[in-house]
Amino acid sequence: MRLRDAVTALRQSGDFTAIQEAIPYTRFMGITAELIDDDVVGRMRYSDHLVGNPAVPALHGGTLGALMESTAIFKLLWHGETTTVPKTINITVEYLRGARPEDVLARAEFTRHGRRVANVRVFAWQEDDPGRPVAVATAHFLLVQE
Amino acid sequence: MSDSFLPQKDEIKRRLEGRYIGAVPHNQALNLRVVDYSPEHLSLALPYREDLVGNPETGVLHGGCITSLIDATCGGAVIMSLAARRRIATLDLRIDYVRPALPHQEVICDAHCYKVTRHVAFVRAAAHHGDKMSPIATASGTFVVFRDEGRRAEDGGSA
Repeated sequence: MRLRDAVTALRQSGDFTAIQEAIPYTRFMGITAELIDDDVVGRMRYSDHLVGNPAVPALHGGTLGALMESTAIFKLLWHGETTTVPKTINITVEYLRGARPEDVLARAEFTRHGRRVANVRVFAWQEDDPGRPVAVATAHFLLVQE
Repeated sequence: MSDSFLPQKDEIKRRLEGRYIGAVPHNQALNLRVVDYSPEHLSLALPYREDLVGNPETGVLHGGCITSLIDATCGGAVIMSLAARRRIATLDLRIDYVRPALPHQEVICDAHCYKVTRHVAFVRAAAHHGDKMSPIATASGTFVVFRDEGRRAEDGGSA
């Protein structure tokens, strides 16, 4: 399915499967999303190739950034008025603690959703300890074509 | 750089590839490659692959794998600048996407660890398609250096 059609399908059904399937990288990473209490919750399913430090062991920092950026984009697509994929202007990831080799979840908040730019804050945590985020991110997205 | 230094440099590069890429599952999964290094500097390449594409209509790599490339290169630059082997962890990483990436091209990240204090290392990095003057992303990161746990560290990979 083309990305544009997958976005349209998402808006109608609230099901992120078509989007995840349409983006090769989210398939590779096992990143998906679902609607929980009307909010988008991203999930990165644990897989051995996501590990960054086998001695600890801990997930690779880049994978947490990838999950948080993807979750923000999923939420923007769910709420957005166009099918244009938001472009990341910048992202700052703060790593708070090592992420164990398990699933990671993420939730995004719009601190400001303008016509051109969205300011988004993202929180990532692991299932057994939702109160202690493993990482947080602040990102800006461009919502219009340049 | 004298020629006599080159075999030694190749050996260090091989060791870096073994410990920092071969022993780090996600760096291995992305097929990262050491392009060049010098004290305080590291360049890694992320080969283009269809399964890393973020937008199938443009064929451009997803920002997420570029984040992983930049994080790995910055962490490696910190390791290259430390006199002894220490465990390190990324504190924060900021990435600015200054220009869209091009499809079907590998991405190279050059990272420079420009300052190391007792507990913190500071890094700047840029990602490009081979022309350093035309970056697709610029980044800055800070890393914690664990002084007391050095002996436990195997790779010091940025967790």
